[in-house]
Amino acid sequence: MSVLGHPGEKALSPALWLAGVAGFVAAWFLLYGELAPFAEWAVGHLPLTKGSHAREAVTFFLYDTPKVLMLLTLVVFGMGVIRSFFSPERTRALLAGKAEGAGNVAAAVLGIFTPFCSCSAVPLFVGFVSAGVPLGVTFSFLIAAPMINEVALGLLFALLGWKVALTYLGFGLSVAILSGWVIGHLKLEGWLEDWVRNVRAGSADFEPERLTIIDRIRAGIEAVKEIVGKVWLWIIAGIAAGAFIHGYVPADLLASIMGKDAWWSVPAAVILGVPMYSNAAGIIPVVEALLGKGAALGTVLAFMMSVIALSLPEMIILRKVLSVKLIAVFVGIVALGILAVGFLFNLLFT
Amino acid sequence: MKDVKVLGPGCKRCETTAQMVRDEAARLGIAVQVEKVTDYAEIAGYGIASTPGIVIDGKVVHAGGLPKTEDLAKWLA
Repeated sequence: MSVLGHPGEKALSPALWLAGVAGFVAAWFLLYGELAPFAEWAVGHLPLTKGSHAREAVTFFLYDTPKVLMLLTLVVFGMGVIRSFFSPERTRALLAGKAEGAGNVAAAVLGIFTPFCSCSAVPLFVGFVSAGVPLGVTFSFLIAAPMINEVALGLLFALLGWKVALTYLGFGLSVAILSGWVIGHLKLEGWLEDWVRNVRAGSADFEPERLTIIDRIRAGIEAVKEIVGKVWLWIIAGIAAGAFIHGYVPADLLASIMGKDAWWSVPAAVILGVPMYSNAAGIIPVVEALLGKGAALGTVLAFMMSVIALSLPEMIILRKVLSVKLIAVFVGIVALGILAVGFLFNLLFT
Repeated sequence: MKDVKVLGPGCKRCETTAQMVRDEAARLGIAVQVEKVTDYAEIAGYGIASTPGIVIDGKVVHAGGLPKTEDLAKWLA
């Protein structure tokens, strides 16, 4: 980025950068503690009767918007720094030649940390497959990368607690590992587009740029600018939807259609979620509100996973390398995996 | 004349990268010919797995994300 590359900035020492980060984090925590009193105070100035639906909805909105945006900023920054230690090329080198099984596990775990953007999905796919990463292992990576991301985990942790975040992590990994494993065993290599099989990957023997601690902090700042800059509108829309649910939708209505006793709610949630496309940031405030109103955790997480993991834009991009049949198998297997996870969740969490 | 290839399917970052190369070359007074490679098979042939990538005189120097200007200056020199 040209704005960051000025030679004058070189004068700042790593210690100063670290101090800056520490100062920012301290200010963050101070401000964060004041959010609830601020929302109460702000709502007090509005002409809304105490205890009314409107007041409840507005309070929720005023409290949640800054809260979610602040949490997101912190999580994305931290993850941006961590991700500067990983690259798709390094991940590929780790996965090439790995057997199915262990390879699927490694791919899913690396999918969490490796920087990935959907516009890079095709070069990544071709780069992986042509370098000898098995098809099923490549799929484990491609499923895990968008589904288990820092935004989803960070927000779940912050809004719903570590238990939900960890279970989401565990089940997300399971879906990615199992789906990739199944696809690997179906031996579908023949269903790739012809040109993909003919690509002979050169080996990129370039030296990766050496990163200093300052570069890594900058990577975090860049990630915040890019991701938060892109999703803030989604988040506000999500919180507004959440606020509406919070204030107006009666709890027993949701409990009856999305509660544990309605077994059909899990498949319904998945079917509803597949054509919908949002990112984790937009959907999580809605998830929080739904859970608060008595919807079952498995149902809600299944909905969230299918919204994030299976999206039409991604299918269209992948069509360049995969045949329609292979895409259908991919969607089918992932959807089944999510379904299984949803049922299991509803069984485990009572 | 340096031969620079920017590898990427034509997303916004790839455009930005190509422009950064041109700007930096102009600033340093280096003659470059920038070519954009959008063909997926050709991109994969360079052995990278993330875009945008930069190839200078046949050698891959960068893959994934926007390059840093100080690195660009180093590669072009």
